[in-house]
Amino acid sequence: MKIHEYQAKELLARAGAKIPRGIVVSSAAEAQQAFDQLGGKPVVIKAQVHAGGRGKGRFKDSGKDFGGVKFVTNRADAAAVAEVMLRYPLVTAQTGEAGQKVSKLLVVEASAQIVREVYVGMVLDRGLGAPVLMACAEGGVEIEEVAARSPEKILKTVVEPGFGLQPFQARRIAYDLGFTGGQAAQAEAIITALAQVYLDKDCSLAEINPLAVMDNGEVLAVDAKMTFDDNALFRHPDIAALRDEAEEDPAELRAGRAGLSFIRLNGNIGCLVNGAGLAMATMDIIKYHGGEPANFLDVGGGANKEQVTEAFRILLGDPRVKAVLVNIFGGIMQCDIIAGAILAAFKEVGFHVPLVVRLEGTNVELGRKMLAESGQNITTANGLTEAAKKVVAAAK
Amino acid sequence: MSILVDKNTRVLCQGMGKAGTFHAKMCREYGTQVVGGVVPGKGGTSKEGFPLFNTVAEAVRKTGADASMIFVPPAGAADAILEAADAGIRVIIAVTEGIPVLDMARVMRLLKDKNCRLIGPNCPGVITPGQCKIGIMPGYIHKPGPVGVISRSGTLTYEAVWQLSNLGLGQSTCVGIGGDPIVGTTQIELLKMFQDDPQTEAILLIGEIGGTAEERAAEYIKQHVKKPVAAFIAGQTAPPGKRMGHAGAIISGGSGTAKDKIAAFRAAGIAVADSPADLGVTVQRAMQKN
Repeated sequence: MKIHEYQAKELLARAGAKIPRGIVVSSAAEAQQAFDQLGGKPVVIKAQVHAGGRGKGRFKDSGKDFGGVKFVTNRADAAAVAEVMLRYPLVTAQTGEAGQKVSKLLVVEASAQIVREVYVGMVLDRGLGAPVLMACAEGGVEIEEVAARSPEKILKTVVEPGFGLQPFQARRIAYDLGFTGGQAAQAEAIITALAQVYLDKDCSLAEINPLAVMDNGEVLAVDAKMTFDDNALFRHPDIAALRDEAEEDPAELRAGRAGLSFIRLNGNIGCLVNGAGLAMATMDIIKYHGGEPANFLDVGGGANKEQVTEAFRILLGDPRVKAVLVNIFGGIMQCDIIAGAILAAFKEVGFHVPLVVRLEGTNVELGRKMLAESGQNITTANGLTEAAKKVVAAAK
Repeated sequence: MSILVDKNTRVLCQGMGKAGTFHAKMCREYGTQVVGGVVPGKGGTSKEGFPLFNTVAEAVRKTGADASMIFVPPAGAADAILEAADAGIRVIIAVTEGIPVLDMARVMRLLKDKNCRLIGPNCPGVITPGQCKIGIMPGYIHKPGPVGVISRSGTLTYEAVWQLSNLGLGQSTCVGIGGDPIVGTTQIELLKMFQDDPQTEAILLIGEIGGTAEERAAEYIKQHVKKPVAAFIAGQTAPPGKRMGHAGAIISGGSGTAKDKIAAFRAAGIAVADSPADLGVTVQRAMQKN
């Protein structure tokens, strides 16, 4: 689960990191008030969206040439910029053509200038099986680019998950990043806060980019990004409450509520599969035979009537879907029971596109017979290849 | 021969709820020696013919169990793994899906000092066909034979086993290592076991997007595995930045793509199936070529 920049910075501030003064607003009038409250000095207005690349983005159909981060120097401009940001969808490299509606803005004081930027972030190193704190003296840029271009510039510190980042580690990172004197102590506090939030709140990613030195000598966490481990949300109700459903695909949200794992893709063949690995492989074989999958959908090991019905509704709710492939390997779950669930769901939902079903496993003959003799317009297939070829042909 | 488990393995089930009890029964029906269940507070009673114990330590003392399968819900699963390790269980199979990844990071640090092997979590389990099934896989699709199977998936593994068995290729042992970012046993550790196992003549490795474990496995195979290896990577059509069902199946920061993994396998001389319908025949061809 992702959260917004202002939420991430609040979590960091509570853990002892210094952040720039800022006020969250949701209207032009509030933006103007925030400008006044911050002393009537220059501010930066930042659109709060989960998608990256907002600075280089544009507000669709607004006729304006600024992106999701805009420097303003007077209260009239603060209101005008806020008006545009809240009215038009923000299109970035990550949002797609339609863009993302913005409902909150962060107004941040910006009278001090940034003189130096560094990067600090915590992620899981899957190979080591432990979190690592990554630091780079080149901040403000995409860390993946630095990692690809000059990996030696990224300092990695393994953080023991049971003990946390040790003071000596934070100190060493601060000095290695080139901080000295009082600024090193300020940087240490921010780095320590980052590691603490990551471990205490079960983040899967937490980064401060940039961690900046200002011309008045202050060291601040100027921008922050956090993603949380969905599997740990049960023990962090405070984090779960930060979820912004407006940022998520409605079909994916709906599927999540039904206990289905669903991801929207760009093709026209809907898939319904049991198990994540088989679901990915089903997408792959559709592509292999010249089709394009419309989604990833894992109904879990079982596949009962309620789940299949809801899954069908979600698939058919997408107007791009021209055919549907059901691929179930009935292991413990018997194929005749699954066939019954598919038939019941098929009748209840009212199918308007071709349905191809491939069943394999326990009682498969009985399951196939039930589908074939149902009188419903369902195509059955033996084997993965036949299923893929049939559904690709049906979608054309 | 086989790896990890055989007909002498004595198995406990930690977590005897609906799923745990059902699968304990299925394993027993397959012929596995399921010697009891662990349910705190229910010690001294029994369920479906399984004697129940309050702690793993007590169960081990009274039954001589040396393996355990874990169905404890996510919040308590890390603790259940540590309890099994502390009680001297040799092979711990964690079926539970949804364990917080930092819990697993802590567990793996603590298991370093223990003499045990963890398979999973978020895995279907381990089966040595005809001898011992520990987990949720359908037993009847498996046949004893020469192919060792290593996979990050559940149902895709059943698909692979189904194809192998239909070609007359049985399996020495099939191991589902789990779909999470941190797993107890890596592909490399299992490759080494299969290389050393006299029954295993070929290995099928089923990977998926996310992480770089397959790239490391490819390098290991090139250096150390003399038996034919066939492979498949699921998720060639998966978009970046999205978790494809499994917590570990995500392309992040340009790393973990199917393309990179397939290229690494091919560079190591491993036969890679283009289609998931060809898992069995790819193994068959690799064996004939050898």
